Amino acid sequence: MATEALGWWGVPLGILAGTLRGSVPFLLVSLGECLTEKSGKINLGLEGTLLIGAMSAYAISYLSSGIVGPTLAPWLGVLAAGLAGMGLGAIHGWLSQQPRVNDVAVGIAMIIFGGGLANFFGKPFIQPQAPQLPTLPAGGWSSLPQVQSALQVSPLFLLGVAIVPLMSWFFKSTRWGLYVRAVGDSPDAARAMGISIFWVRMAAIVGGSFLAGIGGASLSLFYPGVWTERISSGQGLMAVALVIFARWQPWQCLWASLLFGGAQALGPAFQSVGIDSYYYLFNAAPYILTLVIMIITCSPKRTLAGAPGALGKDS
Amino acid sequence: MQLTAIWRRFTRQSLRASLESIALPAGAVLAALMIFGVFCALAGANPLAVYGSIYRAAFGSWSAWQNTLIRASPLMLTALCTALPARLGLVIIGNEGALVVGGLAAVSVGLGLGGSLPGGLVLLAMALGSLVAGGLWIMVAGALRHYRGVNETISSLLLNYIAIALLNHLVQGPMRDPAFVSKPSSFEIDPSAWLGTLPATRVHWGLIYGLVASVLAYVLIQRTTFGFAARTAGGNVRAARIAGLPVGKLTLAVCFLAGSCAGLAGMVEVAAVQKRLNESIVSNYGYAGILVAFVARHNPLATVLVSVLLGGILASGGILQRSHNLPDATVLVFQGIVFLCVLYSESLYGRFPIFQEREVQTEGAAVAG
Repeated sequence: MATEALGWWGVPLGILAGTLRGSVPFLLVSLGECLTEKSGKINLGLEGTLLIGAMSAYAISYLSSGIVGPTLAPWLGVLAAGLAGMGLGAIHGWLSQQPRVNDVAVGIAMIIFGGGLANFFGKPFIQPQAPQLPTLPAGGWSSLPQVQSALQVSPLFLLGVAIVPLMSWFFKSTRWGLYVRAVGDSPDAARAMGISIFWVRMAAIVGGSFLAGIGGASLSLFYPGVWTERISSGQGLMAVALVIFARWQPWQCLWASLLFGGAQALGPAFQSVGIDSYYYLFNAAPYILTLVIMIITCSPKRTLAGAPGALGKDS
Repeated sequence: MQLTAIWRRFTRQSLRASLESIALPAGAVLAALMIFGVFCALAGANPLAVYGSIYRAAFGSWSAWQNTLIRASPLMLTALCTALPARLGLVIIGNEGALVVGGLAAVSVGLGLGGSLPGGLVLLAMALGSLVAGGLWIMVAGALRHYRGVNETISSLLLNYIAIALLNHLVQGPMRDPAFVSKPSSFEIDPSAWLGTLPATRVHWGLIYGLVASVLAYVLIQRTTFGFAARTAGGNVRAARIAGLPVGKLTLAVCFLAGSCAGLAGMVEVAAVQKRLNESIVSNYGYAGILVAFVARHNPLATVLVSVLLGGILASGGILQRSHNLPDATVLVFQGIVFLCVLYSESLYGRFPIFQEREVQTEGAAVAG
């Protein structure tokens, strides 16, 4: 750890660095899930989408580095991850909209299916080293090498941050954003407007899966920067909780992702200064936090403020 | 004619409806086999040979059957954790967490009592401990749903992660056996409190636990006033409230029973398989159980069949690697395809005229006339 020589200053630095690294997949997956849920469907299968995104990105980056060079290769990987995610999203979008088919069950089947495909095709890529995405040094102002090495910003993080105002504007001020909200809040009204519920939801789910696939790419091409079969540790499932936490608002998704990424960094940061007896309990911090906030903000008398009206209802 | 009447009496649905609920999932499995065959062919393996291997490894011999049943027994128990609340209209996916806290409770009781009491009594105490721990764990999700309106799917999902973090904390710290180095684990349960195997088999008693729990759950849901009340509340909460049913108590009770089934699966895993507590208990039996419940349409007897089917698929994992040079994950792909196809078949109910009720009546009238 870069924080060893800094003593107690290492704790906030470690948390900051861990937040910058750990919040990237949360941000992209939660924005994807936000788009999906705004249309009134839940996609629990984003865990599988993350895995297939991570695998595709790593594999394409490795395979294409000989042809297009190591600078362009990881970007091709990111694109491949998004496309692979869209493939899984299309299956989910079609299947979860069939009559009497429960979207939670389809999501869990998609976790198994997507994870299986990722491990099936990813087996040859566990050993080799693929070219990684470049990082932007945010610690250049400091003379301390620990600070410089800790503060690395991924371009995918910036991409996610750039999507936040775009998505917010999309929902608020565009015709298509209105369609998505109408389908999610009141399918009957949407039908009366002449909107195809099926295709709007399909587009929202496929688009959300594209973002989740890129979130997977951030795992294998930025941090931790390898491809292993267990690279996603529940971030895809947690995104569902995170979107509820964020009240289906893109801006809130950003703050929530930073909070979740930071909460994940608590354990390692305290471990680096010798406090490791509660390391594993710190790992539970994001989940307990979400649960507590849900308990405080929910009420049996009304649904959650901001929740799409048709969410979780059978179509 | 008489046969259909007898059938209706026992199953409470017409013969054609029963045939539909057998034919559609069976057709879905066949379709899944075909899709998987194309997948195997693209991956360079002979699909027929792969089918043969899966069949032999899952159901081809007594030994294969035993491997299948060993994997099926925890699935029967974890599936009930989703199937029971589903009858009440709740989607609970906290099976993995309930299994983990059940195992945790069983090991704690086993380590506390092991050696000081006869093995049978210790096992009984371990089972009770796991039932209570798993039950309370899922009851939290039920209570949050009823009293605070917290979505039970999300809260039970979060509880999974909290349970796993608790497990890791305890086996890395307070409960750790320093002498056991291969992975952080608790101390071993006294051998007198291990769950034995059925006579002349390698299959442990967990199978009987699973079968008994499934039958009890079936009777409870389909044949008792309690089950009727639960199904009524699941059909229409407002109507149930107006009828004076205690919806809150029903929710808590059903969630407790559901969680205790998954908790018992955790006890079976530690007492019969692991013998000590470590991360191996988090082996996806919980998440697989959710799918078993949905595929079985939340019928506690159908979950037994689906568990055996899935147990067979799980048991055939290694053989594909050894004899066809396919990665281990092939079996996950197969599992995924089967479940997606069976879930799709759910939308086909009522689409085939041959299975429709009305025709049975006209046919019956014709025969009687």
